[in-house]
Amino acid sequence: MLEDIFKVVKTRFNGKEAEQDVVSDTSVPENIMFKCPRCRTTLFEDDYIRNNKVCTSCNYHGRLSARERIRITADKGSFVEFDRDMISKNPIEFPGYEKKQEALRTQTGLNDAVVTGECRIRKIRVVIAVMDASFMMASMGSVVGEKITRAIEYATENRIPFIAFTASGGARMQEGMVSLMQMAKTAGAVARHNEAGQLYITVLTDPTTGGVTASFASLGDIIIAEPKVLVGFAGRRVIEGTIKQRLPDDFQLAEFQLEKGFVDMIAERKKMRSVLSHLMILNNYRPEET
Amino acid sequence: MNDCENTLTPWERLQLIRLKERPTINDYIPLIFDEFYELHGDRYYGDDAAVLAGLAMLEGRPVTVISQVKGRNLNENKKCNFAMPHPEGYRKALRLARQAEKFGRPVICFIDTPGAFCGVEAEERGQGEAIAKNICEFMELKTPVISIVLGEAGSGGALALGVCDELAMLSNAIYSVISPRGFASILWKDASREKDACNMMKITAEDMIRLGVAEHIIDEPLGGAHVDLCKTAENIKEYLLSAVAEKSQKTIDELLNERYTKFRKIGEFEIRQKEELENQK
Repeated sequence: MLEDIFKVVKTRFNGKEAEQDVVSDTSVPENIMFKCPRCRTTLFEDDYIRNNKVCTSCNYHGRLSARERIRITADKGSFVEFDRDMISKNPIEFPGYEKKQEALRTQTGLNDAVVTGECRIRKIRVVIAVMDASFMMASMGSVVGEKITRAIEYATENRIPFIAFTASGGARMQEGMVSLMQMAKTAGAVARHNEAGQLYITVLTDPTTGGVTASFASLGDIIIAEPKVLVGFAGRRVIEGTIKQRLPDDFQLAEFQLEKGFVDMIAERKKMRSVLSHLMILNNYRPEET
Repeated sequence: MNDCENTLTPWERLQLIRLKERPTINDYIPLIFDEFYELHGDRYYGDDAAVLAGLAMLEGRPVTVISQVKGRNLNENKKCNFAMPHPEGYRKALRLARQAEKFGRPVICFIDTPGAFCGVEAEERGQGEAIAKNICEFMELKTPVISIVLGEAGSGGALALGVCDELAMLSNAIYSVISPRGFASILWKDASREKDACNMMKITAEDMIRLGVAEHIIDEPLGGAHVDLCKTAENIKEYLLSAVAEKSQKTIDELLNERYTKFRKIGEFEIRQKEELENQK
C-alpha cells in the first residue's frame, strides 16, 4: 500500500536503530520517506536524518533516541553511563507488564525510558538525563524516577550542573501509586541540587506532558524547548473532551509555552551544544582540560 | 478498625466516598478547629474556590489549614469546580504554606480531589508548573506538614498537597495515580472496565501503608464517615493532635531529612546482572 511508506514517527522509533551505538546516517533507512507529524510534508528519510531529524520544511524537531541525543550533545567519548542495568519490578502486579518491558528491551536496547550519566559538553563537566519516548512513551515509573534522582544527587554531591532532556507521556500507570511518588522523589532531588547552588537546565523535547511536566521538567533554573514540540500538563484529548470543542493546532506547543511565560527560550537542535555550554559558562562553570 | 470495614472492596469504597452525603472539609472544620479565618487569593491571578485555606486554632495551637473543597450539590460543585483546582489554587496553597513557615505554624493539608483541572485556562496559566512548584517547595518547607486524605485523592493534583511529614488516610479513602476510569480507558481502551481497574490498582488506605505512601489510617465509623460525622471529626482531631505534637518536637533538619527520605525510598526496581542480560539475548 502506498501509505505504508509514510510511516509515522511512532512506529519508526520502535525500530532497531537505538540498539546500535553508531551514527545512523551510514545505515540504510528502513523507510524511504518521512512524513512530518506537524506540517504533514513528506521528506526523504535520508534528508531528515542528515538534518538531525529536524523537518526541513517546518523546523519541527523530531524525536531522537536517548543514544542519538547523547551522541549529538556530549563531547565525543566523554559519556559515562549510570545505572544501566536497573530494571523495574511490577508493584501492582499489572498483567503483562513484565512481558511488555521485556519486548521493549529487546526492541529498543534500553532497560527503561531514561539514560543517565556524566559527560562533558564543550569540556564542561555535567550530569545529563535523557528520556527516550520509544520506551513506553517515556512514562515515569520506579526506574525513571530512581535513575533521575540518583543522577541529580550525584550532581549535587559533585557540585556540577544537571541537564534533563525531557520527553514523557506522564506517570507510568502500570506501576500505580509508586509512579506518582516518583514526581515527589525527583522534585525533592531538584530542591536539594538547587539548595546547593547548582545549575539545572531542562530541555523540553517532544512530547513533555503529565507528571513529568508537573515535576522536574518545570523546575529548571533555565527552561529551553526545542521548536514546535508538545509541552503541557493535561492531554489534548482530555481537554477537548472537557470543553467539547477542538483545540487550535498551536495549543501546547513550545511557542505557546514561551508566550505564556513557562519557557525561557526556544533553541534549535543544531545550536543546542553551543547554547548549553554558554549558559553554563554564564553561570560560572568552567571548561576543564583533560 | 472495624472488621466489617476491612472487607469492603476498593470498588465499594469508591462508591462510598462518592456518596453525596460524604462529609467535606466544610463539615469538618467547625468540629476540628476552634477558630477558622479563611484567607483568599494567590496574589497573582485570582482566588480559586476549589482550594480553601486559612488560619485555625487546634486546641490552642495556631495552624495553617489548606484543603481541596468538594461540594455536596450541583450549586456548590459549580462554585468549587468539583474540587478540581486551577493553578491559582495551588499557588494560594503555596503562598499560605510559606506564610506558615514564616510564623512557625504547622501546615495541615486535607486532600479531597479527583485531580487538577484539565482545561484550556489551566494550561495557559501553567497547571504543570504550579503543581511542580508545590511539590518541590513543600519538600523544603521548614515547618511540620501533615496531610490527610478525606475521600478521593487523584494524581498530581492531590500530590500538590501531599508532600508532607506524615500522610494519614480515612479508612475508606483512596489515593491513585489516575482515576480508575482514566486507568481503564488509557490502558485497556475501555472506560467501562472502571470496576476492574479500581480493584486492581492498589489504591486503598492499607495499600498506601504497604507502599510507604501513608503512615496512618484514621478510622471511620461503621458504614462510613457520613454515618457519624462527629465521631469521624473526633478521630481526625485526635490523630492531628498527636501527629502535630510529635512532628513539632523534631528539629527542622530532622524533619526535612525524614521528609526527603520518606519519598526517596519509594520505588520498586532491581539491578539485573550482566550475565542475565546476555542470556536474554
